[in-house]
Amino acid sequence: MEAIALKDRENQIHRKGEKPFEIVCDKDSLAGAVSQRACVFCGSRVVLYPIADALHLVHGPIGCAVYTWDIRGALSSGPELHRLSFSTDLQEMDVIFGAEKKLENALLELIDRHQPKAAFVYSTCIVGIIGDDLEAVCRKVADITKIPVIPVQSEGFKGNKRSGYKAACNAMFRLIGTADTSNVSKHSINILGDFNLAGEIWMIRDYFKRMGVEVVANITGDGRIDDICRAHGAALNVVQCSGATMDLANMMEEKYGIPSIRVSYFGIEDMSEALYDVARFFKDDPEIMTRASQVIQEEVQKIYPELQKYKKALAGKKAAIYVGGSFKAFSLVKAFRLVDMNVVMVGSQTGTPEDYRELDDITDPGTIIVDDSNPLELTSFLKEKDVDIFVGGVKERPIAYKLGVGFCDHNHERKEALAGFTGMVNFVREVYSSVMSPVWRFVPRKNRNSGE
Amino acid sequence: MTKMPNYISTTNACKLCKPLGASVAFRGMEGTVPYLHGSQGCATYMRRYIISHFNEPIDIASSSLSEKHAVYGGAANLKLGLINVNKKYEPKMIGIATTCLTETIGDDVPMILKEFAKETGGLKGNPLLVNVSTPSYSGTHMEGFHATVAAVIEQLTEKSKANKTINLLPGFVSSADYRLLHEIMADFQNQTTILPDLSETLDGTALLEYEKVPRGGTPLQAIKEMSGAAATIEFGRTLGAAKTGGEILKDKFKVSNHRLGLPIGISETDRFFDVLTEITGSPSPHKYELQRGRLVDAYVDGHKYVFGKKAIIYGEEDMVVGLTSFLAEIGVQPILCASGGKSGRFKEAIAAVTDGVLTEQPRVYEGMDFFDIAEEAEGLEPDLLVGHSKGYPLAKKLNIPLIRMGFPIHDRIGGQRILHLGYQGAQHLFDTVVNSLIEKKQNDSPVGYSYM
Ligand code: SF4
Ligand code: SF4
Repeated sequence: MEAIALKDRENQIHRKGEKPFEIVCDKDSLAGAVSQRACVFCGSRVVLYPIADALHLVHGPIGCAVYTWDIRGALSSGPELHRLSFSTDLQEMDVIFGAEKKLENALLELIDRHQPKAAFVYSTCIVGIIGDDLEAVCRKVADITKIPVIPVQSEGFKGNKRSGYKAACNAMFRLIGTADTSNVSKHSINILGDFNLAGEIWMIRDYFKRMGVEVVANITGDGRIDDICRAHGAALNVVQCSGATMDLANMMEEKYGIPSIRVSYFGIEDMSEALYDVARFFKDDPEIMTRASQVIQEEVQKIYPELQKYKKALAGKKAAIYVGGSFKAFSLVKAFRLVDMNVVMVGSQTGTPEDYRELDDITDPGTIIVDDSNPLELTSFLKEKDVDIFVGGVKERPIAYKLGVGFCDHNHERKEALAGFTGMVNFVREVYSSVMSPVWRFVPRKNRNSGE
Repeated sequence: MTKMPNYISTTNACKLCKPLGASVAFRGMEGTVPYLHGSQGCATYMRRYIISHFNEPIDIASSSLSEKHAVYGGAANLKLGLINVNKKYEPKMIGIATTCLTETIGDDVPMILKEFAKETGGLKGNPLLVNVSTPSYSGTHMEGFHATVAAVIEQLTEKSKANKTINLLPGFVSSADYRLLHEIMADFQNQTTILPDLSETLDGTALLEYEKVPRGGTPLQAIKEMSGAAATIEFGRTLGAAKTGGEILKDKFKVSNHRLGLPIGISETDRFFDVLTEITGSPSPHKYELQRGRLVDAYVDGHKYVFGKKAIIYGEEDMVVGLTSFLAEIGVQPILCASGGKSGRFKEAIAAVTDGVLTEQPRVYEGMDFFDIAEEAEGLEPDLLVGHSKGYPLAKKLNIPLIRMGFPIHDRIGGQRILHLGYQGAQHLFDTVVNSLIEKKQNDSPVGYSYM
């Protein structure tokens, strides 16, 4: 097999069983490699964007804002301000003379027009260069408008997506602790790291409600500024996903003494575990545990027959996974195992060494584990392992399809709810409808006489 | 006519950024990898955006600048990136476009490339290196596209002996349009250089082996010899005084330049065929007489369903001009033509193509975003919206059909196969417009007729 990895990337790829586990990650992307990674701004935007009653103003040239306009399926049960794309649309003169005045006027104009509960101002690469004082402008506008106006230090080049998560957490942390919490129940949680793609957080909230646990703030799916301001009243932070909101949980623990647990809502196993973990935390009320078991039993019963049907068809098929965060990758590995499928490749854009070590622990020998991959590498893995289904985001889809490999979208753009118990069936159904499609008969991979 | 208020902020932009246009254009040249000199995020965002339209893998390399490069200049990363891209893709050409960041920090790419050539004595395999300056704070993706075509001609085309070729510079149209142009030129039995050529590179076949760089694209040798052509035809009535590919060929090599509107609808297509007849000396092939005849017949069959219907047309300027010309000639009343571009020639172009057809000119605005368009639409009572996918929220709000044309098409399959140009394209457009209006009427009617 040809050497597909550039030399500098070799230590970001690991094959389980070949040698002791070792992988380098959290590196800057290599110049000239076509990375699947985005930028700091992208990370901040992912985390904050689902807050539906806030104004999200991108301070920069038009591209950064327009490419992120309504591209994610984060739903709101009320206001939908987050679905609009606001930009200061910097022009040449702004770049030369600075754009603080423009930013101020844009903020005043938009706040007046939309009456948001708060405003987030994202800085982009060139703002970092021209040196606008975002803090000062935001403070001034906050004074005038009497709403929180918060700068997000998300200059694209100052790190990678993870730094963007951190910047977003810092921004939210400024809000927390600013509202009254006197009527919050002692059995209460914040949901961190679920972005309500396709309505997922509504399902999760429903499970907790049936358990008798109050949710104070959604951070950030279907999120509201007022809820976030009183998030410090919750007894526990329940954090999903590897990196995105962990920093916030840590800061809240330090300042307000709120403990946190890490969970995943993906797959039957992890979803159940998440509910049990929360119930265990509230052990002063054993009823909560009883109700948790009930919820799980009811939900599993609902989906079990359909899952069995898919399992029969899918057993033994091969899956490859390439997602943003590695925590999601763990759950996916387990979910595939539940329907007897084999995971032959797994990677992420932003995993930590511990994440990859854990992946190494739970995968089968021969599995390829990779950090910050790129199209050429991914295609070579797909071919080498003769994969039946690839799970990834929009950028990975055409790679899979071009080679005649099935695909399941598991990124922020998806329109299918994949979390929770219902999500598990949705997920397996999606895998099933790609893997079992009759169209693969025609692709060159399966039929060497056609296509080319 | 109302005067547009002058808003400071941009909401839901109706334009994209310059390097996106550059990347698409580079993707239509033989063996070429687009390379953005800037931070990683821009390239990843653009890839995602382009992929969602074409459903094809799009590799765009980036020099992945980080904070320290932003301070000390990106030369080192640009060079390192070139070496890496070359190693991995073995391209015939690397198309380097700048971004806002590198323009702002003042990287002098031509000079860096000269330095690089001196230091390395050229890359292995001697790929051509061309560069284009594309700061997004002045201009849109269309300026980026045209600037790239011009830069490639400026940097590659050499003096060569006279040949009978025609140079065709169509601009950013669909892959299906490019294929149609090939067919038309072949039917005129003419050798043609179409630059760029998106017919295959952005609408490829299913593959067994992943192609590092997709096949197809304008042959580099042909670009070098464009100087010897009999004539150049470039599409775009709003192309300004800026040096276009056609103008450069005229000034440097005395190749006559025919600037036409995009051949959308009968009138503009007639003009295109007239010029072809004039240049080649051969009459329009019979096949096109038939196509045109059938089209006229169809116009007659359907004219009553569209007459007097009011349309809003938006998108990139030349596309809007073409579509407006078409809509006007079938009896639709264009009431608002809007674009995020600012050529300064939009209004004049619309007036020229509707001269003698429309008794009343539509409102024509440059520098619009979707907030402006929605505001302007109020009170105009449009019957249909014509443009790309991003107008969908407005169409939904107004409860009128959206005729999807141009780029991007993100909410339907097959954007790359939408045919806009020529008599055939007009036939497709006409059927779509008429049927959408009939469908709307049928759906809104309680009667349930199954005939027209
Ligand atoms: S910084 Fe400039 S080039 Fe990059 S995405 Fe934004 S507008 Fe486009
Ligand atoms: S300019 Fe910077 S912030 Fe904007 S998309 Fe590019 S890398 Fe991200």
